[in-house]
Amino acid sequence: MKLFTELYTELEQTNKTNEKVEALKFYFKRAAPNDAAWALYFLSGRKPRQIVPSKKLRDWAIELSGIPEWLYEESRDTVGDGSETIALLLPNNATVDETPLHILVEKRLLPLRASDESNQYEEVISTWQKMNYAQRLVYNKMISGSFRVGVSQLLVTRALSQLCGQPTDIIAMRLMGAWEPTAEFYQTVINSEVNEAERPIARPFPFYLAHQIDFPLEKLGNINEWQAEWKWDGIRAQVIKRENQVFVWSRGEDLITERFPEIARAAEFLPNGTVLDGEILPWLDNAVQPFTELQKRIGRKNLSAKLLAEVPVIVQTYDLLEFQDKDLRGETFSQRRKTLEKVVKTLDEPAKNVFRLTESVKADSWEDLQEKREQSRLLKVEGFMLKKLASPYRVGRVRGDWWKWKIDPLTVDAVLLYAQKGTGKRSGLFTDYTFAVWSGGELVPFAKAYSGLTDAEIRKVDRFVRENTKETFGPVRSIVPQLVFELAFEAIQKSNRHKSGVAVRFPRILRWRDDKKIEEADSLETIHALLESLEGNGK
Amino acid sequence: MMEKEKPLIELTKKGLYCEHGDFFIDPWLPVKKAILTHAHADHTYRGNQNYLVPKEGERLSRIRLGDEAKISTSSYGEVQNIKGVKVSFHPAGHVLGSAQVRVEYKGEVWVISGDYKLTPDATCAPFESVRCHKFISEATFGLPIYRWTPTEQIFEQINQWWRHNRECGKAAVIFAYALGKSQRILNGIDRSIGKIFTHGAVERLNDAYRQSKVDLPETKYVGAVKNKKDFIGSLIVATPSSAGSAWLKRFGSHSTAFASGWMVVRGARRRKAVDRGFVLSDHADWTELQTAIRETRAEKVFVTHGFISELVRWLNENGVNAEPLKINYFGDDELEDVLKDEFVEKELQ
Repeated sequence: MKLFTELYTELEQTNKTNEKVEALKFYFKRAAPNDAAWALYFLSGRKPRQIVPSKKLRDWAIELSGIPEWLYEESRDTVGDGSETIALLLPNNATVDETPLHILVEKRLLPLRASDESNQYEEVISTWQKMNYAQRLVYNKMISGSFRVGVSQLLVTRALSQLCGQPTDIIAMRLMGAWEPTAEFYQTVINSEVNEAERPIARPFPFYLAHQIDFPLEKLGNINEWQAEWKWDGIRAQVIKRENQVFVWSRGEDLITERFPEIARAAEFLPNGTVLDGEILPWLDNAVQPFTELQKRIGRKNLSAKLLAEVPVIVQTYDLLEFQDKDLRGETFSQRRKTLEKVVKTLDEPAKNVFRLTESVKADSWEDLQEKREQSRLLKVEGFMLKKLASPYRVGRVRGDWWKWKIDPLTVDAVLLYAQKGTGKRSGLFTDYTFAVWSGGELVPFAKAYSGLTDAEIRKVDRFVRENTKETFGPVRSIVPQLVFELAFEAIQKSNRHKSGVAVRFPRILRWRDDKKIEEADSLETIHALLESLEGNGK
Repeated sequence: MMEKEKPLIELTKKGLYCEHGDFFIDPWLPVKKAILTHAHADHTYRGNQNYLVPKEGERLSRIRLGDEAKISTSSYGEVQNIKGVKVSFHPAGHVLGSAQVRVEYKGEVWVISGDYKLTPDATCAPFESVRCHKFISEATFGLPIYRWTPTEQIFEQINQWWRHNRECGKAAVIFAYALGKSQRILNGIDRSIGKIFTHGAVERLNDAYRQSKVDLPETKYVGAVKNKKDFIGSLIVATPSSAGSAWLKRFGSHSTAFASGWMVVRGARRRKAVDRGFVLSDHADWTELQTAIRETRAEKVFVTHGFISELVRWLNENGVNAEPLKINYFGDDELEDVLKDEFVEKELQ
């Protein structure tokens, strides 16, 4: 626990990638394999379900620190993080808990979930008393199921790769899918030899992810060296068929085969030793449906026949990672695409309806492509994906060969109506805002947004909020309507659940319109008109 | 109906005012007579006709107020009689020459603390507890999450960070307020580790500290350095406004840190976008506020600056009669320090 806490503190304290990798290497070099396995588990974003509810931790911390509940809440609002608040409020302790990480987790943390409250109380309090501030912070996060640290899987992979001398994609593959944090598993991850048998048939390949293009297209060079594809808004997924078994993985490394039985059935038609990369989309009457439809499929525990009929899905396939048991990722994109076309075209009828080939959009020049991009909104796509024909399939978010080229978002001018203090980097400042637009002479809330302002602007808005609070409801303050912001969002949809009658996707603040008065903000009527024009054109 | 008696000290548009003595304490608009608690920019404004400052802080006040200002001084404990009102300064432990102001009239005693801390600090006289009837306290860190780590431990952390950077061939740039915090760091740092350079605003105040017999290591103004290689492995004490600026480029590869009480909260450090945050404050923490307030045995406590409503409510729930005193319109958070900081830098650059 000592070494792991030091690693956590170290990772928290630097923004520099190299230093993070060094800190990870420092840790993994020294940690015992059974501890390292748990560290890997937490660092790769896995976490045990909440062991003790945060509410209980809070109550015990209040009791131990001898402060009233309201003072805890004030502190919590300022810190912006419950685990951290508790660690700061508990009576000081300078000693360090030397318990190895795996013992702490396996013997003292996990068994707590099943034990009764008085046992939980005894155990948590005695652990707190043994730990210093930094350890308490880590422990609180583990026990409340909120452990998160600022390192990407890519960095962990890189550190382990440098440690054992295996390329990053091998390490990434070993870390994918479901695994148990045991010493044996950790040994296989850092095994310096590659073993064909070590790759279970279910395991997907690490996804290659693209950055949004942030420079003029011309810099990409000759357009003939690139392929443009429509960028679909769905769930990125790999479909695997090996040894007569079928697996569907999402980009979040979730096995989602059971969520999509029609894909699983269609995948049975694929030859053994095939891995497809593509996008799962809700698809009805030969047109893509809004992303929120797809969420219905993910959200429900039971997939009723009715839901399956209401929200059928297809896969827009765009890459082939394995064929005839052979890893194709080293081949060029154009070679892979050729093979993919063959595979998809020769599929039997039911499978053909599910696995579609993503259209390659032909253009003579970048200007021509720019023109074609104008149709994005009509086609209900997010813009283009640009892929270099000569590129291999890479691991993670690597710049250079794949680019997203998204269309500009829809925008609305709205009035700041409510504010709430933020968390993390924004703790203690009012950064979570609710915005309103006009409707019949009244301001109606229609979107929440968090990001998009500079630090200086955040400070200004924060000050404004403090000086212009009308009312306080718990953590939320209602503000004198005075500030106008331009909001951007990716999509807009009718909604019965919202008072405004519309729901927006990915709302964010584009800029502060301090040149505008609140009377100049948009109205709900304009938004509904926008909505209708989009829907009308789409059909 | 009897008219309610006016309090000895009241809050006016220009600042805290004592009518019987006809003087203001730390006024922010021009007045005839200003009594100043210390030389930080949000307590020391130009444009007043006469100033009374603690003798120990005279050099700093002079830098802030300019050669023209009419400044008279009074040593700690020395009693001045101003129109029948007895006024004396008592160490506040905040920065060099900082004082609480004790005001006595017809047996009633008020103490205006200004900013203060109880944590020992070798660069200024230690806080002195003064018994009074009415106590005006700050509450910059008036939440129980703010409890300081012992200073020696913080200096161990800073030394370790500097040493580590030196081993990696990097400069260590620490951001700290030019007045007070910078000199406290210089005084407490392990000077055997390497060379120390300073931002111009810091260096100017260092001279005033040295003249006041505060022990500071040898420092050199960054601008006087010809060979940039000198910065490798050195410590640079810079103003917070230098963070993220092009001024830092000259140091080559470097690590950054910020020294402030706000660094207790991880989010505050991340917001500053520095590599390290060291919890080192000029202000009283939660525990020190309680101690200082109780030791005055005041029958009434007025709270100003910072977490005002929180501290007031806590005191009242714990048997101390307290009420808020809003000194100026910003004031319930870090913003104030940010502004103070920006103000100080603007003035000194």
